[in-house]
Amino acid sequence: MNHIAPGARAGIYHYDEIDRQFVAERVEQFRKQVDRRLSGELTEEEFKPIRLMNGLYLQLHAYMLRIAVPYGVMSATQLRKLSAIGRKYDRGYGHFTTRQNLQYNWIKLEDTPAILHELAEVDMHALQTSGNCVRNVTTDPFVGAAKDEVVDGRVYAEILRQWTTMHPEFTYLPRKFKIAISGAESDRAAVRIHDVGLLARRNEKGEPGFSFYVGGGLGRSPFVGKLVREWVAQEDFVAYLEAILRVYNQYGRRDNIYKARIKILVHELGLEKFTQEVEEEFARLRGPKYRLDPEIVEGIRKHFAPPPFEELPDHSESLERARAADPAFANWLAVNVAEHKAPGYAIATVSLKPAGGIPGDATCDQMDLVADLAERHSFGELRVTHVQNLVLAHVKKDELYDLWKQLDAAGLGSANAGLIGDIIACPGLDYCALANARSIPLAQAISARFADPLRQRTIGELGIKISGCINACGHHHVGAIGILGVDKKGTEYYQITVGGDPTLTTAIGDILGPAVTETEAVDAIEAIVDVYLANRSDESERFIDTLKRVGHAPFKERIYAAD
Amino acid sequence: MPLIENGRIGEDAWSFIPDGEPVPNDRPVIISFERWQAERDSFEGRNARLGVRLKSGTLAGAIAADLDRFSLVAVEFAKFRDGRGFSTARELRERYGYTGEIRAVGHVIPDQYLYLVRTGFTSVEAPEGTNPDSWANALTEVTIAFQPSLDDTAPLSLLRRKLKVGQADVG
Repeated sequence: MNHIAPGARAGIYHYDEIDRQFVAERVEQFRKQVDRRLSGELTEEEFKPIRLMNGLYLQLHAYMLRIAVPYGVMSATQLRKLSAIGRKYDRGYGHFTTRQNLQYNWIKLEDTPAILHELAEVDMHALQTSGNCVRNVTTDPFVGAAKDEVVDGRVYAEILRQWTTMHPEFTYLPRKFKIAISGAESDRAAVRIHDVGLLARRNEKGEPGFSFYVGGGLGRSPFVGKLVREWVAQEDFVAYLEAILRVYNQYGRRDNIYKARIKILVHELGLEKFTQEVEEEFARLRGPKYRLDPEIVEGIRKHFAPPPFEELPDHSESLERARAADPAFANWLAVNVAEHKAPGYAIATVSLKPAGGIPGDATCDQMDLVADLAERHSFGELRVTHVQNLVLAHVKKDELYDLWKQLDAAGLGSANAGLIGDIIACPGLDYCALANARSIPLAQAISARFADPLRQRTIGELGIKISGCINACGHHHVGAIGILGVDKKGTEYYQITVGGDPTLTTAIGDILGPAVTETEAVDAIEAIVDVYLANRSDESERFIDTLKRVGHAPFKERIYAAD
Repeated sequence: MPLIENGRIGEDAWSFIPDGEPVPNDRPVIISFERWQAERDSFEGRNARLGVRLKSGTLAGAIAADLDRFSLVAVEFAKFRDGRGFSTARELRERYGYTGEIRAVGHVIPDQYLYLVRTGFTSVEAPEGTNPDSWANALTEVTIAFQPSLDDTAPLSLLRRKLKVGQADVG
């Protein structure tokens, strides 16, 4: 196989010969499994989970192939390969997902082995991106760069990636299993809506440890993850997860797909009993076999050594001149750029949410451009966020203006990170066989309505999240404004919730009133925004804070006044 | 039904005796866990080997106290997708120290064989007409594992290394 070095300075886990051999063996294994399906040796029922664990999912019109981007971090070389595959085997674009992965929506089954082979050339694969196994572990997209970072989540996400890869005991779980890690003071990984959410901390001696939240999740029964243990030392990190998964694998429900996630087990057993089961298992598992050796951790940490930052003054004259001269740039700077821990550097969010666009979609030309820009401005590395944007994490302040101009020229310069235009939407009825309603056209209509960047900035922090069915892939439960597509006698309707919050103060939104039509939905969102602007105490009061203060009544009155 | 052991079709010395049928005293037999619970006294003084068959929902703890009475525990997979049996085997070995034969019965596919071996199973009852090559291949096609297997005593510092089973047990 033609191996292409993925870029030495990128903050990714760098494969060695053993890792490459593993992926090559898995590709070959899948090729044989496809043959055994075609010969009839494997039934369709038997082949399905195998296909899913290789990332291949049957949608409404075609197969979807979901590529793993471990914890959302990849190199420019890898992105270029994703672009090449999109051009060759899909329709010239790819879709970045809330699991920080990339998926192609128009794949032919017979092309899959060839695609997997091409991915392996850049140390990538599609393993465990679907199916009832442990999925891609996600983390803070600002990892290794954020000023408020305490622990580098990539190190532990990588340990989990390895530990969960083809785990012999936990590959046929009751249902899918999602883990997120955050090692910063602000939670940018939505940890408490995961099956297991981990907050990495340090004790007074400076040693890393983890708070374990278990049983969060959205779907038709949304739950906020519950604290099962405040402190798990680094050496017990894997043992504790092993204990949780073993309890889940044995006691999780298998009689009803909608009650099979760990959140239902935690809910039905009760937190106390669940914790007791886990603790018993953990007490027994603890020991040399499951102890995470500090040498292993340090070995993996070396992969994520900081790139060679230059010693720079924190203040950039050229940046200030550009800010003063170009208001559109100044706006992008205020909205899409975050503080970096290294002086003179900044973290730039590349919005995949142009006004009227499809959230998370990128054309192959755009992917190539971002790959070039990552090489030129961010040590050849980029990240995918769970909000379906991209991040260049290590940009010199002096180069931000140049970067933005190039992004903007390619339709990637929208200044809306965290604002009302930064919508999460699931694929919806345009692609998905489960959906009741379309999500994408509504997202497009809303972002077109709020296209004006200054209006967006005036409104401030306000996340809209849209799901086309109750499975909640668009995270509508935790949207400040959430929208759920429902089907009423063959017509698409949308139910609006308000007050959801994906950060550490996690909250599930409440339904505002009866569902509305697609056209009414856009007006209703605008009405909600108007009521908020009229009621907020000052510009610093966020939408969810105003909502808490004034309650639902003024919003309901405006939207449903005519009824 | 063909018995798979060490990646090959082997001789099966055991037979399962359905509930209600007389249990022969002169050869190794497997009885259901339910029968064991109801008729355990009748097996006092038995010389021939005895095995017990657990349904998918019967977890290791249920049989733990009686394990010294059995030379074989058969763990049923009602559906191959129902992965409880992997934990049952691992609990039998790790938690309760069981050293006898653990056999996978019911619906399992060759693609799960490596996982079965790595969680402590020693044999598999495969369906009639199964392709023996698929079972043999299942143990050798992936030679790398990222987590300790059941029989490993080495600590997790070996987070990633070659699989023993792919090299030693099967040629």
